[in-house]
Amino acid sequence: MIPTIPQSRAFRLVYGSYVALFFLYLVLPLTVVAVFAFNDSQFPSLPWEGFTWNWFFGDERPQIGIFHERGILRAVGTSAFVAACVAVLSVGVGTTNAFLFNRYEFRGKGLLYVLMLLPLVIPGIVLGISILVFSSTLANGIWDLAQMDIQALRPGLLLVILGQFSFITTIATLVISARLQKFDRTLEEAALNLGADRLTAVRTITLPFLAPAMIGAVVVAFLMSFENFNTTLMLVGSDAPLTIAMFDRLKEGSTPLLNAVSLLLMLGSSLLALLVILFQRRP
Amino acid sequence: MRRHQSRIAFFLLLTPLVLWLGLLIIIPHIDMLLISLRERISFGVYEPSLTHYEKALTEPLYLRTFWRTAVMSVLATAITLLIAFPVAYYIAKMAKGRLQQVLFMLCLIPFYVSELVRTFGWMILLRETGLVSNLLQWVGLADRPVELLYTDATMMVGLVYTSMLFMVVPLVTTLESLDDSVIEAGYDLGGSGLSVLREIIIPHAMPGIVSGCIVVFMLSLGNYLTPTMLGGKDSLWFTEMIYNQFIVRSNWELGAAFGFMLLILSSVIVWGVLRLTGRTLKETMG
Repeated sequence: MIPTIPQSRAFRLVYGSYVALFFLYLVLPLTVVAVFAFNDSQFPSLPWEGFTWNWFFGDERPQIGIFHERGILRAVGTSAFVAACVAVLSVGVGTTNAFLFNRYEFRGKGLLYVLMLLPLVIPGIVLGISILVFSSTLANGIWDLAQMDIQALRPGLLLVILGQFSFITTIATLVISARLQKFDRTLEEAALNLGADRLTAVRTITLPFLAPAMIGAVVVAFLMSFENFNTTLMLVGSDAPLTIAMFDRLKEGSTPLLNAVSLLLMLGSSLLALLVILFQRRP
Repeated sequence: MRRHQSRIAFFLLLTPLVLWLGLLIIIPHIDMLLISLRERISFGVYEPSLTHYEKALTEPLYLRTFWRTAVMSVLATAITLLIAFPVAYYIAKMAKGRLQQVLFMLCLIPFYVSELVRTFGWMILLRETGLVSNLLQWVGLADRPVELLYTDATMMVGLVYTSMLFMVVPLVTTLESLDDSVIEAGYDLGGSGLSVLREIIIPHAMPGIVSGCIVVFMLSLGNYLTPTMLGGKDSLWFTEMIYNQFIVRSNWELGAAFGFMLLILSSVIVWGVLRLTGRTLKETMG
């Protein structure tokens, strides 16, 4: 079953159509979401009532577009803020982790490495509730001790950020470690021989080498945070990020406004992904 | 001096890792375990007890949902593997050059789209006024709108769709590393398509199959959106019960016990698969 081995026409035809069908299955739901963003009706379903831009730019009831819908805009802002914090934190810790595992031999390294992978195999909901439980234990403890109510430890943005950070850091660590392993350490030694101290050597030689992986990890972390649902659901307070806000609306019944938001999300994340690919192709 | 500096650097690098794992992963899970093992006697007074686990293991609804979630997740994983394998093989071995790259990129697209959007897409397709229902009426297979949502089959379509990528990518990666000449040799030695598949291709793809299956299983087990939005009233998922206990009923003790049961279930299955195939978590995930 490789091109150099002759196969019957019928077999190739069946195989080819199977693969084509698979890709139809893959793009169909997304295409439908995109197309109905332009339906001039209250419902994202047939019949097709004509083409409109109102779900993007409309400013009159009942067709208020995204750019005039405060709730959605605020949720986008919240998501962007959370995602930026998570991206910076997780890539920061991911980089130090990568150096630790790449440069040092110490007792318990294997165990720590497995622990580092653990967040990937814990269901997102469980990760969420465990952090919820612990932060509330902390908050209650502080209240009992000092009669202080620490609002930051109650469900809200800080907990959402920490919850997402707790598993996205593993991914950032893996992405950055993969690149660090390819680094030729003699380059760093050369810098040391030429009189640089260790920190300068790392800053001027190693970090620029790692930059593509770090930027890639920032984008991946940002996207994962923006799209996260499970962990966020358990930790969210009054400021809902976009996925939670959309979920609440979807439960009440959907309008093509949600399609318009989804379409912009798809375009935004494809654009980011494309940028990363272009950036990493550069020699 | 160097040595001393190196030690300081080591501890500086170790600190963020320990803080992260300790404060956000290990201690919260221990705390969750402790909470699941206590019973509320009166306001602010607790006693250690196993009552929540007892309740979870004796109440038929809880127990049935637990096993249903496990079985359906295994089923979703098997279906995903069956659908993904031929496609991954096509991308890795049949398609060449540009086409190969384009197909691989196409597989990644759903990953860049929020799970919520993917689920929403299926709702638009399958609901009573949806596209498929209209298509069936137009073709003449149905004479009135058909509701295709809220069944186990719909939920399965959604689960398989959501995790497809995590199966295709590891499969393509391992299959690409199989040399064409090995397959040719199999045929030269008189093997049929089927025996080559069984004796050469599948054993070679085993690492990819294992890591794909583990990830897909974990994602299905922990999924909340798909069962909630696409599944029916009877297709309660274990994550929904955790959510209900925590957010709706505020019964954290029982919710924490459920959370632990889910964690144990996933660990046991992942550990079992790794044991059975003789692989380690490090090879599979890292």
